[in-house]
Amino acid sequence: MTGSAIRIDDLRVVRGGVTVLPGLSCEVASGSVTGLLGPSGSGKSTLIRSIVGVQRVAGGAVDVLGHPAGSAELRTCVGYMTQAPSVYGDLTVRENLDFFARVLRQPRNSVVHVLEDVSMKAHAGRIVNSLSGGERARVSLATALLGAPQLLVLDEPTVGLDPVLRRDLWELFHGLAERGTTLLVSSHVMDEADRCDSLLLLRDGRLLAGATPDELRSRTGERDLDAAFLRLVEDGP
Amino acid sequence: MSWRVTGAVARRVLRQLRRDPRTIALILAVPCVLELLLQQLFGRHSHVFQEVGTPLLGLFPFITMFLVTSITMLRERTSGTLERLMTMPLHKVDILAGYGIAFALVAVVQATLVSTLAFGLLGLDVAGPRWLVVVLAVANAVLGSTLGLFVSAFAETEFQAVQFMPAVVFPQILLCGLFVPRAEMAAWLRAISYVLPLTYAYDALARTAANELDGRFALDVAVVCGCIVLAVGLGAATLRRRTD
Repeated sequence: MTGSAIRIDDLRVVRGGVTVLPGLSCEVASGSVTGLLGPSGSGKSTLIRSIVGVQRVAGGAVDVLGHPAGSAELRTCVGYMTQAPSVYGDLTVRENLDFFARVLRQPRNSVVHVLEDVSMKAHAGRIVNSLSGGERARVSLATALLGAPQLLVLDEPTVGLDPVLRRDLWELFHGLAERGTTLLVSSHVMDEADRCDSLLLLRDGRLLAGATPDELRSRTGERDLDAAFLRLVEDGP
Repeated sequence: MSWRVTGAVARRVLRQLRRDPRTIALILAVPCVLELLLQQLFGRHSHVFQEVGTPLLGLFPFITMFLVTSITMLRERTSGTLERLMTMPLHKVDILAGYGIAFALVAVVQATLVSTLAFGLLGLDVAGPRWLVVVLAVANAVLGSTLGLFVSAFAETEFQAVQFMPAVVFPQILLCGLFVPRAEMAAWLRAISYVLPLTYAYDALARTAANELDGRFALDVAVVCGCIVLAVGLGAATLRRRTD
């Protein structure tokens, strides 16, 4: 697929008197897995919240799937996973997903599918508060997958997961992208960068680079993406 | 507004409550114990028990549901589930109505239980229909629920939310006419009591107890219903799709 699923032009966000995003422009290609990388506090979550339309913005334009971010048309075609697992701790895994499936007008069997996708089917009857942090994050991810949205915006979905689960989830992400889904996945660990089709590197609310992992390597002359990131920081804009 | 989403919200809220049997026990037992205390303290045939018993029964759901809703909604705001819901295809009123219906159902159980005890075992007398006391209690529960939802927007922590209860509820109970008849209040206090919804909730209950179901009673009920609509509107204004 070609074209951009997300187009951001000169986005400015001020939170509590502090400018978090001073004027950010970037694009996310359709049907790709784009990594949003940067240290904690770089503005990743703010950018993600602006894309799903829950962040109050001070200026600029955010266009998602041809509509302004936050439009009513987008509410059925964007899946959003917040950074902290936003599910009900006092309900079971299945009760959580049944509830969100009803809100999203999805059939009951869609719940089983998304639980299989995140390898949580065996835990469907457990109360969320009794789960580990990583398991809770996967319930939250399963909720975002309900209804097979065209665009998935995932804020640090692989934090706290063991390497096997992480690999499985990245396989899931690429499988979804092959079927035409666009994914924007944030992370603060650079070793996830190599798993992405393209990267947006963020630091202090500014875009350091938007490139594929290989382009980044050739541009900086570094093999290791962590080192490439450092080189970009040191060389400055 | 969608009934399917409203129903889903109501069912979810009730499921969450079911996971907390201690809270359910408190919601149901505390008003019963208070009615019993009141009867034992002043005596079965005393003026105080007979005059305060019915309004207490009808106002208790207001207090309970105000508190329970403000905490539940605050959790929804701070846990990120509200933010997630706001990215989904639902109307704000679906959330408000879902909460209102869930806690109204709890209030039906609460008010039925307390009135069975008070009218049966404790010997509380009402001249008007007893079912009307239960209906008014449920309406007060919905009012408490919608107001609780509204004030939850002004609390950042559960400590603050709990403090809203005395701040919002106690002055209304003091001024509603339960302790001092409103006709005997200082003019400025009476003026304030006119703009507080609990004044009308209390008056409707007192008129039911005395079987004075006149035009003034109809006005009381209309004002309580109007306040529910107003509180829903205010609550909807605090549910913002975009936040800082």
